[in-house]
Amino acid sequence: MLKILKYSFYDLLRSKWTLIYFLFFLMITQGLLYITGDEAKTIVGLLNVVVILCPLIATVFGTVNFYNSREFTELLLAQPLKRRDIFIGQYLGMTLSLSIGYFLGVLIPFVIHSFTYSVDYTVLSILLFVGVFLTFIFSALSFLISLITDNKIKGFGLSILTWLLLALVYDGMQLFILSMLDNYPLEKISLVMTFLNPIDLSRVLLMLKLDISALLGYTGAVFNKFFGSSFGFALSLSALLIWTVVPVYFINRISMKKDF
Amino acid sequence: MLADTHIVCSDCHIGKVSNAVDMSERGDTIIIKSGVYTESLIEIDKPLTIIGENFPKIVAKGGEKIFHIIGDSVTITGLEFMEVKRSFIEDRAAINIQGGNYISIINNRFTNTFFGIYIAKSTGTKIIDNRLISNNKKEMNSANAIHAWSSKKLLIKNNYVEGHRDGLYFEFCDNSIIKNNHSYRNLRYGLHFMFSDNNKYKNNIFEENGAGVAVMYSHHIEMYKNQFLNNWGQSSYGLLLKEIKDSKIHYNLFKGNTKGIYGESAIRINIVHNDFVQNGWAMQMMGSSEQDTISHNNFIRNTFNVSTNQNAKNYNVYEKNYWSDYTGYDLDKDGIGDVPHRPVKFFSQVLGYTPEAIILLRSFFIELLNFIENIVPVLTPENLKDLQPLVKQIDNDTISKHI
Amino acid sequence: MIQFQNIYKAFGKLEVLTGVSAEVSGGGITAILGPNGSGKTTLIKMLLGMVYPDKGEILFDGKPIKKEWQYKNDISYLPQIARFPENLTVTELINLIKDIRGGTPNEKRLIDLFALESHLGKKIKHLSGGTKQKVNILLAMMYDNPVIVLDEPSTGLDPIALVRLKELILEERDKGKNILITTHIMSLVEDLSDEILFLLEGKVYFRGTIPDIKEFAGEDNLEKSIAHLLEHKNAENIKV
Repeated sequence: MLKILKYSFYDLLRSKWTLIYFLFFLMITQGLLYITGDEAKTIVGLLNVVVILCPLIATVFGTVNFYNSREFTELLLAQPLKRRDIFIGQYLGMTLSLSIGYFLGVLIPFVIHSFTYSVDYTVLSILLFVGVFLTFIFSALSFLISLITDNKIKGFGLSILTWLLLALVYDGMQLFILSMLDNYPLEKISLVMTFLNPIDLSRVLLMLKLDISALLGYTGAVFNKFFGSSFGFALSLSALLIWTVVPVYFINRISMKKDF
Repeated sequence: MLADTHIVCSDCHIGKVSNAVDMSERGDTIIIKSGVYTESLIEIDKPLTIIGENFPKIVAKGGEKIFHIIGDSVTITGLEFMEVKRSFIEDRAAINIQGGNYISIINNRFTNTFFGIYIAKSTGTKIIDNRLISNNKKEMNSANAIHAWSSKKLLIKNNYVEGHRDGLYFEFCDNSIIKNNHSYRNLRYGLHFMFSDNNKYKNNIFEENGAGVAVMYSHHIEMYKNQFLNNWGQSSYGLLLKEIKDSKIHYNLFKGNTKGIYGESAIRINIVHNDFVQNGWAMQMMGSSEQDTISHNNFIRNTFNVSTNQNAKNYNVYEKNYWSDYTGYDLDKDGIGDVPHRPVKFFSQVLGYTPEAIILLRSFFIELLNFIENIVPVLTPENLKDLQPLVKQIDNDTISKHI
Repeated sequence: MIQFQNIYKAFGKLEVLTGVSAEVSGGGITAILGPNGSGKTTLIKMLLGMVYPDKGEILFDGKPIKKEWQYKNDISYLPQIARFPENLTVTELINLIKDIRGGTPNEKRLIDLFALESHLGKKIKHLSGGTKQKVNILLAMMYDNPVIVLDEPSTGLDPIALVRLKELILEERDKGKNILITTHIMSLVEDLSDEILFLLEGKVYFRGTIPDIKEFAGEDNLEKSIAHLLEHKNAENIKV
C-alpha cells in the first residue's frame, strides 16, 4: 500500500490541484490576516470557508481524480497487488497531498503573523485538524460515489449533490424540524442530527472553543452536559473519526467486489 | 478620663476577650495577643478599639455569633474569626453590627463564618481590607460575606470575598461607596444590590460567581471601571439590571460572561465606554428597557452583541460603538463607518423561540439567513442600528486613567 | 498453465460469456478473436482478476486464482489504453512498477529498442500517444514472465516500432512462453499467431491454427475466413 500511496502522493503533490488548494487557502488566510490584522477574527472568518470549501474542493477533486486515474487503476489491478492496497493507497495519496496543501496554506500565514503578534494555537490547531478531517472524509465520500457510479457525469453530479445536502440543505432541514416541533424536548434530536453530518460536527468542535460562554446559556440538561465539559469535545472528535473510517471501510468493501 | 489599654492572652491576668470588653470603659483599647480564643456572644455597647496581634483566632463557641455591636465608633482590626455555624433562625455573623454607627472593621480574616459581617441600621461604617473565605457548596446552606441592610454612607473597600452565597449584599442602603473589592466564586451573586439608591461602585472585580452581579429596584447608581469576568451558566449575568433608573455604567470590562448585561425595565441608563469581550451575549435588552444610551463601547468577538425580545420597535439609542464584526467601510476616512451596523442578528432572535437551535450556531445556512435578515429585517427591530459605527477600537483604558 | 473452466459472465442483462472453456499451455502465441462485444477483453481481464466470473473457475498453474494475487507475478500485461498518472515522469513510472514487482527487469534493452532514452525525464502528460504506447509496452515487457497478455498492442505505433514489437513478441515465443493477444489487425494475427481462439455468442466457436480456420471456412484468406464464419452464424449485425 505504501508504494501506491507514495506514487499517488508524488503525482498529486505536483498536480495543479494541490497547488490551487494550497494557494487558495494561503491567499484567504493571508488576506484575512491583512484586512482584520487580528488572528482571532481571521479564525472566525476562516471557519465557514474551511467548513464549506474543504468538503467542496475535496469532493470535486476526489471525483475528477478518480475518473482520471481509472486506466492507471486498471494497470495496477493487473500487477501483483492486493486490491485493498491499490484503492486505499490511491485514496490516501490523494487525500494526504490535498491535506498538506490545505494545512500549509493556512499555517504559513499564521506562522509569519506569529513573528510579530501572539497567536492562540489551540483554536488554530482545531481549525487545521477539522479541515484535514473534512478533506479526508469528503475525498473518501466522493471516491466511494465514483466507485459505485461508472458514469462520470452522474458520479460528479451525485458528489456535488452530497456536498450541497450536507453543507447547506441539512442545516435548513434541522432548523425547520426544530422550529416545527418546539413543544417537544429537542436536545437529543438535534445532537443526533449533528452527529450524522460531518460538516456540523466540525462546526461544533470549533464552536465549543469559540462560543462556550453563549453555549452555557442554554438551559437543557443534555446540552449542558455536552457543552459544559470536555465530554462534548471528545464525543464530537470520536464521531468525526468514525466518519473518517467508515467511508474508507466501504471503499475497501466495494472495490473488492467490483469489476473493472 | 484617660483611655486604658487592656491586654488579653491565655496566661495573662485577662484570659478572655469578653472579660476585657466587660471591664473596659468608653474609648479603651484592647490588645489581643496571638492564640486561640473560643468565645461568642460578646456584646459591645461603647466605643472601643480591639486590635489583634498576629491574627489571634476567635473561634465561635457553640457556633454562635461572635461580636454583637450596638454602640458607636467601634474599631476591630487584626483578628481571625472562625467557625460561625449556620442557623436558620437568626442571621449569625462573626461581626454583627446592629445600629452602631461609625464602626471600622479593618484588616480581619474570616474563615468559614456563616455571615461574615452583618450591618444593620448603621451610618458611616467602614469595612476595609478584610478577607472572607468560606467553602460552601450549596446556596441553601450558606449566607453572605458582607451583608448590609438599611444603612447609609458605608465604605466597603479592598475586601476579598469568596465561597459565600452572595459576596456583597446591599438592601435599602443609600449613599455608599463600594470600591476595589474582589468577589470570587460565590454561589449566587458576586454583588447583590436592591432598593439602594445613590450608590457608587468602582474598580471592583466580580469573577466566576454563580449568577454574576444583580442590581435591582434602585436609581442613581454609578458603576465605574469594574470588571465582570467569566460568570458562566444558564442564568448567569455579568450584570443583571432590573427596574433600574438613571444610572451610569462607564469604563467597565465585561469578559467571558454568558450574558454581559441583561436589562429588564432598565430606564435612562447610560452605558458608555465599556468593553464587551467574548461574551455569549454582550447585551440582552428586553423590550421594557427604554431611553438607554449605548455609545462608545467596544463589542469584541461576542457570540451575539445585542439581543432583544422585541421585533418591531427599539426605544434605546445605539451610536458610535465599535463592533468587531462590522463589515462596512469608511470611504471618507472619518473613523465612522459609512454603512449603519445592525447588532441584533436574525439567529439570536430565532433562539428566543427555539433555544435548541443553538447547535446550529455559525452554520453556513444560518449565516445566509443572518445576511438576508440584515438586508430585509423581519424578526429584528428595524430601527435598532448604530448609524455611526466606529471603525477602530476605542482605547478605554487610556481614556479612563484619571477617573 | 491457464485453464478457463465453464466461465459465465453477464453485465446487467447483457450476457457476455456463456460457458467458455479453454486451456492455454505448452508455449506459443494464441490470438483471441471475435466480434466487438464478444468478450475478448473480459476474458483477459478475468485472467488478471480485474473482472470476476459469475460462474466457473480460472486455474493458473493448476490453482484457482480466486482471491489470489501473487500469481500475477508470472504475467506480463499490456492494457488496451495507456494512461498513467500525468505528473509522474517515465523513469518514476518504471520505478513504480519495479517497486511493485521487485526482481531484475531488463528495461535498458527496451528503452534502446523503442528509442525512449530522451523521454525518460519527461512527465507523462507531455508525451504523444505513440510514445505513451511505447512506454506502455516497456512497462509490460520489461519483466521475464512465462505468460504475456497483450490487449491491442499495435495501437498508435509507428511502422518501425510495430516491426520491433513483432520481433520482440516472436523472440519471447521462442523462449517457450505462453502469449495471448487480442487485436483487430488481421495481418498481425497472420504474422504472429500459432493458434486462434474464436469467441462468438459467449462461447468458444472455433479453436485451431490459421490453416485450420481457412480450411474450416473454405477460404484462402484469414480475413475472409472470419467473415465467412460470422455470416454462416447469421451474425450479420456484428463486425469483426
